[in-house]
Amino acid sequence: MLAPENSPLKQTPLHALHVARGAKMVPFAGYDMPVQYAAGVLKEHLHTRSHAGLFDVSHMGQLALKPKSGKVADAALALEKLVPQDTLGIAPGRQRYAQFTNNDGGLLDDLMVANFGDHLFLVVNAACKVEDEAHLRAHLSDACEIVSLADRALIALQGPKAESVLEKLCADVSSMKFMDAGPRRVGDIDCFVSRSGYTGEDGFEISVPSDKAEALVAALLDSPDVLPIGLGARDSLRLEAGLCLYGHDIDTMTTPVEGALEWSVQKVRRSGGDRAGGFPGADKILAQFAQGASRRRVGLRPDGRAPVREGAALFADAASSDPIGKVTSGGFGPSLNAPVAMGYLPSTLSAVGTTVFAEVRGQRLPLKVAATPFVPNTYKR
Amino acid sequence: MTTLYTSDHEWLRIEGDVATIGITDYAQSQLGDVVFVELPKVGRNLKKAEAAAVVESVKAASDVYAPITGEVIEVNEALAAEPALVNSDAGGKAWFFKLKIADKSELGGLMDEAAYAAHTA
Repeated sequence: MLAPENSPLKQTPLHALHVARGAKMVPFAGYDMPVQYAAGVLKEHLHTRSHAGLFDVSHMGQLALKPKSGKVADAALALEKLVPQDTLGIAPGRQRYAQFTNNDGGLLDDLMVANFGDHLFLVVNAACKVEDEAHLRAHLSDACEIVSLADRALIALQGPKAESVLEKLCADVSSMKFMDAGPRRVGDIDCFVSRSGYTGEDGFEISVPSDKAEALVAALLDSPDVLPIGLGARDSLRLEAGLCLYGHDIDTMTTPVEGALEWSVQKVRRSGGDRAGGFPGADKILAQFAQGASRRRVGLRPDGRAPVREGAALFADAASSDPIGKVTSGGFGPSLNAPVAMGYLPSTLSAVGTTVFAEVRGQRLPLKVAATPFVPNTYKR
Repeated sequence: MTTLYTSDHEWLRIEGDVATIGITDYAQSQLGDVVFVELPKVGRNLKKAEAAAVVESVKAASDVYAPITGEVIEVNEALAAEPALVNSDAGGKAWFFKLKIADKSELGGLMDEAAYAAHTA
């Protein structure tokens, strides 16, 4: 088998459109993806927050879990063997954030799960999609048919103008609330639409058959409110929104509690709940719910103008030689016009307002633990 | 006054024994929107090829190297307040620092404008 770096880069169904629009293309998770267009990361970021941005996220994995019994509850219950979330409680037409855990309580991936009435629709990270599908097949094949939807593209339309733009092609979207999800006809194309995203803005993700993706994107880009946005601004937008990037802010070595994702684990799966435990690593994760974890993911605001980037060691003071944590995501937040970061600190030092120091080019720069999201989200609840 | 270039996309404007140093328009276009510039301290003695300054875009940090050996005699404080000057006027107002040239023979290894144009073509 070829190592990934030796394999030719894959292309999404929108590759030609990116190139035609002057995108700078970079390798990402095995795909040749647009990191930015002519406008540049800063303008793309700000345009998404003020108008609307269109993102190609077709590299992500899309899967259907079809219950062999015909009852979606059976697929949802089966999935609960792999995630600490209440997937049985996802109402038809709704979506929920989830994580696949491992036996040590670490995270194999994070994902979105939607109930489409007769089956579940899953969106997983590009870098994990092969392993995720194998994981589902190994554990859920008794209860579910696992269908890879590799023939679909995925786009996101995000920002305050997203609704008015998409409404022209699908009148129904204005009645959707945050995390509503289901099949919708967009123009003359059968799509799956969810009111969600990865920017902190109101917006939509649209799963579209690959052969129709370019036509749909062209129709959306027809609006003067919409600019195509690359992965660069996608990263700065999600960072300002305080959202985790799998493989950086959370990974196989971090639990949902350490990752400050307790909110995503519903009470029914915690100790004392009707369906407590029953997912990989439940003993460790539920113990951490009861006793706390020794470290915690926090938001960080550097005091100065210098960005503090991923990998920077964190220290309790300006002089100590022993690091107490590290930055897992960091950069410049264009909407804040200031640097922002996330990282792990001992729980005892994780309170908002605590000052810690990052080592950057041999200097100790002060940062303050800050509440996330750094930029308030604008979801339509 | 002569302007010379390095293969790392820096320019040097030579006036007497002083070199004013910045990054080229090509470099800023590759970096994208500059959001932070860290400059060397005045009085610092830089060796040729030593990391002298840092220029950061939204996405990444890049080093600016001393193209020649010399003492830092002035830095462009305007860049701290307005890093975006690097994007709008890389070859002019967005100079980074001035060096007192230690060894003029080091200039011989640098490119003139035509050579640099060929380098980036």
